[in-house]
Amino acid sequence: MQPAPPVIRLEGVTRVYSTGENAVHALAGIDLVIGTGEMVAIMGASGSGKSTLMNILGCLDNPTAGRYELDGVSVTGLSRNELADLRSRKLGFVFQGFNLLARTSALENVELPLLYDRSGRFVGKESPAPAALRRVGLGERLHHVPSELSGGQQQRVAIARALVTSPSLILADEPTGNLDSRTSIEIMALFQELNTQGITIVLVTHEPDIAEHAHRIIEMRDGRIVRDAPVGARRIAIPAAPAENAA
Amino acid sequence: MRKRALFAIATRSILRNKLRTLLTMLGIVIGVAAVIVMVALGQGAQASIEAQIKGLGTNMLMIMAGSTSQGGVSQGAATFNRLTIPDAEKLARESTLLAAVSPVIFSRGQLIGGIGNWRTTIMGVSASYQTIRDWPVASGSFFTEADQRSVRRVVVLGSTVAQALYPDADPVGQQIQIRDVPFTIIGVLTPKGQTAGGNDQDDTVLIPYTTAQAHLAGHSRIGQIIASTYSPGDLPAAQEEIRAIMRESHKLAPGDDDDFTIRNQDDIAQAASGTARVMSMLLAAIASISLVVGGIGIMNIMLVSVTERTREIGIRMAIGARSGDVLAQFLVESVVISVAGGLIGIVLGYAAGVVLAKATGWTVATPLDAALIAVLFSAAVGVFFGFYPARKAAALDPIQALRYE
Ligand SMILES: Nc1ncnc2c1ncn2[C@@H]1O[C@H](COP(=O)(O)OP(=O)(O)OP(=O)(O)O)[C@@H](O)[C@H]1O
Ligand SMILES: [Mg+2]
Repeated sequence: MQPAPPVIRLEGVTRVYSTGENAVHALAGIDLVIGTGEMVAIMGASGSGKSTLMNILGCLDNPTAGRYELDGVSVTGLSRNELADLRSRKLGFVFQGFNLLARTSALENVELPLLYDRSGRFVGKESPAPAALRRVGLGERLHHVPSELSGGQQQRVAIARALVTSPSLILADEPTGNLDSRTSIEIMALFQELNTQGITIVLVTHEPDIAEHAHRIIEMRDGRIVRDAPVGARRIAIPAAPAENAA
Repeated sequence: MRKRALFAIATRSILRNKLRTLLTMLGIVIGVAAVIVMVALGQGAQASIEAQIKGLGTNMLMIMAGSTSQGGVSQGAATFNRLTIPDAEKLARESTLLAAVSPVIFSRGQLIGGIGNWRTTIMGVSASYQTIRDWPVASGSFFTEADQRSVRRVVVLGSTVAQALYPDADPVGQQIQIRDVPFTIIGVLTPKGQTAGGNDQDDTVLIPYTTAQAHLAGHSRIGQIIASTYSPGDLPAAQEEIRAIMRESHKLAPGDDDDFTIRNQDDIAQAASGTARVMSMLLAAIASISLVVGGIGIMNIMLVSVTERTREIGIRMAIGARSGDVLAQFLVESVVISVAGGLIGIVLGYAAGVVLAKATGWTVATPLDAALIAVLFSAAVGVFFGFYPARKAAALDPIQALRYE
């Protein structure tokens, strides 16, 4: 079997925050390759640079030095607008705090990324938003607003929003950080399901048993990768059936 | 980003804070309403001024006692009382360009006749007054030169007087007492309406000036002489001719100033609309101040809104919004607020104009062009004052914005 082409290739990436007199080396030289279809968990102590790395992977931030290739295209030195277009075309984000628009229905939250699509892929076609919500098991909750949904359901809406534009990569920074362990497993089941459908997933977590749902765990310390190993006995989360009543 | 989506986002966010939006709009509402009231009434006043001036008659010239300085102020009481019947007669006799000349002797007095009595303006004029003022009779006839020469006690009633004293019957042929002197009514004039100042031009009676001198005024002091030329093109030349004749009549030496003033319709129109212009400018100043204040109000609220929605901006940027999309979103929002304010202002202003017009008896115009300008202007206010907050939103760093609590 051919090795899958990499979605992410980082070479010597650093990120230095200069706050007044002392500079913080949040990333101190990262080399990393993540292939298509991989599911990778990033672990590490607080302040080790996980979120900083995710921001760079998500084209929300530029590295201070080093190279970043996304889908074979160099991201280094792109303008704000070009980064925005990359996010719109190739990336989906899931946050710890869900980050849904309040008082806005699940469906409208999921439709949001389509508003900013510049490729024209969705023009004149049926909106992919309801299908995305069905994929995360919320086909019956299209018109609920976030305050009417549980935490797990809100995170499902956020995941539907992340996948509505069919991105090549979903980035999730502590997606289960605000959820109880049962709901966390259900969310991991959803990620695993999406991963088997071909979406590359990179997620940050503090919990080893959550990380073990990935193919591979990367451990960071002080802005460096200190361990990068495949998961020996990968956990497979059983999707709660039926999905409609889950979470 | 599609335009419809932009409007949808803007209206949704506006409707979410109804009271706040309403208060924000208030400055624009008041500013635009002021503009609309001003224009509606101003145009109405302008229209009635124009109608009134047309109603003065065609090709008309007016000669008044007193010299006029450059500012239009009469100088010195001594120069008054200098228009006389001989002046008018000399003008009529010697002028080549004037079609008709009439002295006007004003007085007020009591009429008794018909169903009661009535106080009105009595004007002593010549038979040609009707031609000069272009004022037809509704019934009967105007008095003639023969009436004038024979100092007959005949009177032509203005329509208001006729209405007041003879509401049911045609008064032509009836007797009426004017300041206790009996007159015969020989005609009733057609209505001419109000002046811009609200004076009823039909609340008057006309008698031959000779009769006025003999029976009412008792002396030859006259308020003004009015005249008309054969064609409007003759007006400037006629004005010069009148001046020469009047100077001769008043025996003025070559170096002396005129002790009379000649005005044509244009002068009168300009004097009247000058007042209206000053009022318009005053209101325009008030309106623009409140539009600026309204704009600052919008800017203030938009800044608050940008801060409140920092996280939303971060989310939108993370999922692919460009800075320009965010800029457009907030700009559209402030323009929607200001234009909505403008539209409300137009409605309120027009309503206020109608109410004011009802209360004062002025006419009110429908200022369509002013409404259009008001809408465009409030849109401009929205763009101008919305730009800074919108740019602030667009310049946010997505990571910082997402982290904002
Ligand atoms: N905007 C910033 N300005 C200055 N320093 C920053 C900034 N953001 C992060 N840092 C610093 O960079 C380092 C890495 O931060 P980062 O947020 O990546 O850690 P993390 O691994 O995500 O931690 P946590 O598990 O607590 O989320 C920290 O020392 C942090 O203080
Ligand atoms: Mg973090």
